[in-house]
Amino acid sequence: MIELIGIKKGFEGKVVLDDISAVMESGKTNLIIGTSGSGKTVLMKCMVGLFDIDEGEILYNKANFSQLPDRERKDIRKEIGMLFQGTALFDSMTVEQNVMFPLEMFSDLSYHEKKARVNFCLDRVNLKDAHKKFPAEISGGMKKRVGIARAIVLNPKYLFCDEPNSGLDPQTSMVIDRLIHELTVEYNITTVINTHDMNSVMEIGDNILYLYQGHKQWEGNRKEIIYSKDEKLNAFIFASEFLQDAKQMRQIEMQKDRADNADAQTR
Amino acid sequence: MLKSMFSRPENWRMFWKQFMRQCVDIGIGSLGIVLIISVFIGGVSTIQTAYQLVSPLIPRSTIAQVVRDSMILEFSPTITCIVLAGVVGSKIASELGNMRVSEQIDALEIMGINTKGYLILPKIMAALLVIPMLVAISGFVGIWAGKVAGEFSGILSSRDYMQGLVMEFKGYNIFFALTKAYTFAFIIASISSYFGYYVKGGALEIGQASTKAVVTSCVFILLADYGLAALLLA
Repeated sequence: MIELIGIKKGFEGKVVLDDISAVMESGKTNLIIGTSGSGKTVLMKCMVGLFDIDEGEILYNKANFSQLPDRERKDIRKEIGMLFQGTALFDSMTVEQNVMFPLEMFSDLSYHEKKARVNFCLDRVNLKDAHKKFPAEISGGMKKRVGIARAIVLNPKYLFCDEPNSGLDPQTSMVIDRLIHELTVEYNITTVINTHDMNSVMEIGDNILYLYQGHKQWEGNRKEIIYSKDEKLNAFIFASEFLQDAKQMRQIEMQKDRADNADAQTR
Repeated sequence: MLKSMFSRPENWRMFWKQFMRQCVDIGIGSLGIVLIISVFIGGVSTIQTAYQLVSPLIPRSTIAQVVRDSMILEFSPTITCIVLAGVVGSKIASELGNMRVSEQIDALEIMGINTKGYLILPKIMAALLVIPMLVAISGFVGIWAGKVAGEFSGILSSRDYMQGLVMEFKGYNIFFALTKAYTFAFIIASISSYFGYYVKGGALEIGQASTKAVVTSCVFILLADYGLAALLLA
């Protein structure tokens, strides 16, 4: 579990994050949503220690990550896996070498054990035939899956995904979302995802934190988001008329379901 | 940057692999251009020195002395390293810049790796090991090329050249050349790494960082050249 308490961060006098508090639960996909420039990526980078916060605390299972000395931060970092927006694969290494890299740096396994672990992770993300290819030779969706495989190869407790669907078609986005969600539940990982993809929000959003201009505007889950009365949130989610119609239809269906359930219970 | 480089590597085997890779990239990758430059500098030095040697009272073997001392004291360390600032320096700056812009450095940081220790220190150590070797090779090849050029152009015989080579040879010149080589190697690797590691932006900024790395390295090499000459030879 990760707790954020009163996080504040600014750059050159401009406040980018203002008093953000939230809890990211383990075994759940915790989404951070918001418009471009709302502070999602800055918040995520603060959580993994790429930026130092100005005020507040970031607790990883009660350990204050933001106050820890570098050596102890490294220990927590070894439990973190991260999927970057651009995947950040090492382009001079093959797919197999990319996934093997964390094992070679931090594990004492034999070569065969490492190979077996790499094969397992690549199979788990449905990449069986790409081991010897370089990142430049594979598609965007495949790169994301390699990124996920590399992120989970050391059995992390925390998984961070910065806009995992950017640049992907809707079908592939769904595959990536479901994969992340399955891994989260299967390994009881605390997963934090930055996204502004509403499909992701509706499909896998167990906990959703909505940021607006660096402030926490709303918090809830994918069922509650439909009924939210927050105008800024509604303007963000249902930006298109199509989605507004979809929201109305969904609300009608849910009311129907509730009515049917109530009838069934009465009988 | 330099202070935070020096920490215990997370994995010695991986650090060694990275170091050896850099030695091959810097050493083998630059050997061709160093040889070409050295051959031509040695040959041209012989011909131009002969051209300037107008008095018949001065023995022809003096040409070999001049070529030897010029190669050892100046051409091999300084000109070779200025060329290496372009070849090696731009490679280091653009490699690190690319890694920075594509978030590969961030990915390493998040894995818990000291990126300065893993990416920069092997480059500096490899430069300190390999560049003095390249300077030494340059000296030998340049002096040999001078002999060949002298023979082909009929300026002086091989016997006269060899006689001149051993006359009034000072071992201190070798020490001076190696001091320059180590100093310039550190300048090239550290300045290029700095510009590449701290790049912000995209492809344009990577190109600018690469250019700045080369220009700054060259300026510092020339300043150090003068400083070392004033300190050690005056």
